Amino acid sequence: MDFAGYDPAGGRQSPGIVSAKIVVAGGFGVGKTTLVGSISEITPLTTEAVMTAAGVGIDDPSKVPGKETTTVAMDFGRITMAQDLILYLFGTPGQTRFWFMWDEIIRGAVGAAVLVDTRRITDAFAPLDYFENRNLPYVVALNRFDGAPQYELEEVREALAISPQVPLVMTDARHRESVKQVLVTVVEHAMLRLQAEHGRGSPTPVG
Amino acid sequence: MDQRRADPRGELVRPYAVTRGRTEPRQDIALEAVLTASPTQVAESRFAGHDKHRIATVCEGRAQSLAEIAAYTRMPLGVARVLVADMVAESLLTLHTAAPAEGFEERMELLGRVLSGLRRL
Ligand SMILES: Nc1nc2c(ncn2[C@@H]2O[C@H](COP(=O)(O)OP(=O)(O)O)[C@@H](O)[C@H]2O)c(=O)[nH]1
Ligand SMILES: [Mg+2]
Repeated sequence: MDFAGYDPAGGRQSPGIVSAKIVVAGGFGVGKTTLVGSISEITPLTTEAVMTAAGVGIDDPSKVPGKETTTVAMDFGRITMAQDLILYLFGTPGQTRFWFMWDEIIRGAVGAAVLVDTRRITDAFAPLDYFENRNLPYVVALNRFDGAPQYELEEVREALAISPQVPLVMTDARHRESVKQVLVTVVEHAMLRLQAEHGRGSPTPVG
Repeated sequence: MDQRRADPRGELVRPYAVTRGRTEPRQDIALEAVLTASPTQVAESRFAGHDKHRIATVCEGRAQSLAEIAAYTRMPLGVARVLVADMVAESLLTLHTAAPAEGFEERMELLGRVLSGLRRL
């Protein structure tokens, strides 16, 4: 967690509305935007960040004059749960080479759902590795496409070497109820993890 | 990835000008941090320049995250973050929660609220 410059008193913060976010990851075309759109109260929005070709975090193009830049887009949705509570859902940019953007997205996140398409199962390796390394609670959701190979959940767990503690669920990203279940699983898993880590006296994982 | 323009300055020069060359926000603000603007703040923002006024207008009557502000104003995230941090310091926007809860109790309470919020959907 890096909020080095964060100063509640000087920053004129008002403790009114609280927000949280859940991250939706997975390879290109796996259904991230569809999942967000199925449950978001707004049509998924897109935010862009500028980065250098070297893959360095941007925000400061002036410090890298002459370097080639590229724009990374991420989309997100919103669920207003109460007057003082908003949940945001952030889809990760397709390629894991946009690390800086992923780091920004997961900072402080509740947890993540990694979508898997059984036709391109290995696309999930990069996001799985990423969340494993960042110690962010995540669940794996199998997004079954029509005509895709029908694997059993446990076959997928084995193929992707997903540890037994990580929840693995089936989903249809187009259906609100199904998406809701995935998100419930993410939050429940995050709570269990937090409780377990608290019990062991380790620091709170916040991305 | 988007490479609409061969000359990257097309993307960069204006944002750089908007923030008067500053690229470090005064205060770090998370993507999902929410901001609001009262009618008074919106009115005052008129004197703070076009871009800040647009931001205040987006936040009038409805709490908006930094990510939403960037999306609705079509500003790159880094630029929106600098301007929003300025506006918070200038009292043109009210920042609700800059950073996520860190303590165990606080965090569990937030997760519990999110969980019941999801179940109620
Ligand atoms: N059959 C089926 N199609 C899906 C499902 N989820 C997404 N799609 C389709 O797959 C395509 C890619 O989805 P998209 O959400 O854009 O993927 P993204 O690149 O991960 O954001 C779209 O045409 C969707 O309609 C699903 O659960 N089942
Ligand atoms: Mg997408």
